[in-house]
Amino acid sequence: MTLQLAAGRRRASASGPFLDRNFKYVIVAPAILVLLLVGLFPLIYSLVVSFQGVTMMEADTSFQGLKNYAALFDDLRLWQSLAHTLILTAVALPIELVLGLLLAHLFLEKMPGRAIFIALLTLPTMISPIVSGATWRLLFDHHFGPVNQIIAWFAGHQVPIIWLLNPNTVYPAILVCEIWQWTPFMFLILLAALSNVDKSLLEAAELDGAAYRTVFRRIVLPAIWPVMSVALLIRGLDLFRIFDIIWALTRGGPGTMTETISVYTYLQGFEQFEISYAAAIAFLVIFLLTAVVMILLKRTGIAR
Amino acid sequence: MKGRRAATTLGLRYAGAIAVTIVFLFPIYWLFIISFKTPDEIFAFPPVWWPANIQFANYAVLFKDGDVVAVWNSLVIAGSSTVLAMFFGTLAAYSLVRFRTGGDDLAIWIISQRMIPPIVIVFPIFLLYVWLGGVDTYWGLVLLYTAFNLPYVIWMMRGYIADIPIELEESALVDGCSRWQVLMGVVFPMARAGLFATAVFTFVFAWNDFIFALVLTRTEVVTYPVQVTHYFGGQSNFWAKIAAMSVLGTVPVFIAVAMLQRYLVRGISMGAVKG
Repeated sequence: MTLQLAAGRRRASASGPFLDRNFKYVIVAPAILVLLLVGLFPLIYSLVVSFQGVTMMEADTSFQGLKNYAALFDDLRLWQSLAHTLILTAVALPIELVLGLLLAHLFLEKMPGRAIFIALLTLPTMISPIVSGATWRLLFDHHFGPVNQIIAWFAGHQVPIIWLLNPNTVYPAILVCEIWQWTPFMFLILLAALSNVDKSLLEAAELDGAAYRTVFRRIVLPAIWPVMSVALLIRGLDLFRIFDIIWALTRGGPGTMTETISVYTYLQGFEQFEISYAAAIAFLVIFLLTAVVMILLKRTGIAR
Repeated sequence: MKGRRAATTLGLRYAGAIAVTIVFLFPIYWLFIISFKTPDEIFAFPPVWWPANIQFANYAVLFKDGDVVAVWNSLVIAGSSTVLAMFFGTLAAYSLVRFRTGGDDLAIWIISQRMIPPIVIVFPIFLLYVWLGGVDTYWGLVLLYTAFNLPYVIWMMRGYIADIPIELEESALVDGCSRWQVLMGVVFPMARAGLFATAVFTFVFAWNDFIFALVLTRTEVVTYPVQVTHYFGGQSNFWAKIAAMSVLGTVPVFIAVAMLQRYLVRGISMGAVKG
């Protein structure tokens, strides 16, 4: 056994010089290659296509200048889908943050069974968003779903709300699904952040008779801000590309009422086969995202 | 006095904890219970909260028609891509941490790859795959999910590897181990907890993906989220199949979460802080 090991070692060092000298590059290379092939290459390719006129009918690869980009400005449905995306993000993000904070406070102190509660609460986040959407479609069904039934108990009479087809209720339904799925994610991150806040500072403030509101604003919030801001950034970016939940719940309907930017891009590319135009939309999205992230990184100092 | 107050708060906290847990788990309960109902019970009004008989007919249909192959496909694809992303990602992370390869620029370029919305790259990848023959193949999705998860793995593992005392590696080198042997014999075992936590999330990302699988599969390697949407119909949804297939696809993740539960909070929060 020892002998084998020694032999193995000798062989390793015999083939060693090249590997040892370039070791750091050899081990980083596969990851970089994969990222270039599946990440960067399609991005560049897509940029090229966005300046062409490729549709299902014709593979017109001649240079079209900014034609596709100019068309973006006249596309009302595009700007509506952008508005839908922003509305969903602007409403869901603060609610997830506040609910996550409340939950984190509820489970902050040790209590028997705490780990089990936390594990159970992570489950919604672990489910595929497409399954979450399907599940809430079951729950919101106006006939055999339990949501209307629960409302009926409180209202005292049957309520025939057709959640996903009614313009007034379709957004609340999507938001409920989204918030249900991702609040636990927010909760876990904030729980970890709150657990790391220096306890002695909190106790000192409590002895001074400070109200929790003040303690939170002066001590807790600054302490958890680095983690919280990153959590908000991650969720914000995720919400901006929301697709699966919408696809399962409404497919952008009724009409185009709940079309988000991702849903609209998908429909343009894969159902209308306006390939170059879809690529142009994609770069509008990248441009907007980059601008927002840059501003946020500067403002909040996340980048350190 | 103080003891009684503490007992009351504890009681209130339990009440709150139980109430919150019921609210968050109810949708999952409903999904599970639907999968065990007969068609009559699924479409009953008012809804049936507990079926008269737990029956497995909805699952039997999925097995009989061969639909469960979608779960198998997901297992193969998510499993292989997790192994690949963990292996190459950890190697890359080691290089970034110990040799500062590429400096901050490389690390930031890597994580910026993760910020690109899937919808932006899915179409060019589709065209690339048409050319390479990767549409509707195992390797096509495995390669894609490996690439998609690499930035996450690299950023997570950077943190875990930085925590390993460098002296251990140095003494192994002095003992005559090659760099490679140090990696396999010291670094990987020392970072085991981090590897598990990261692997769970990597697996879950690949397992739950819908948009890439929707575009890049046809009939051969359809994954389970795509299979679920095959049961969506305009007027009549096949709710029994939707529920049963969803449960089949959800249970493996729940088992993984249960087994690795103690790593989860650290895994999620580190992912948030570092990536």
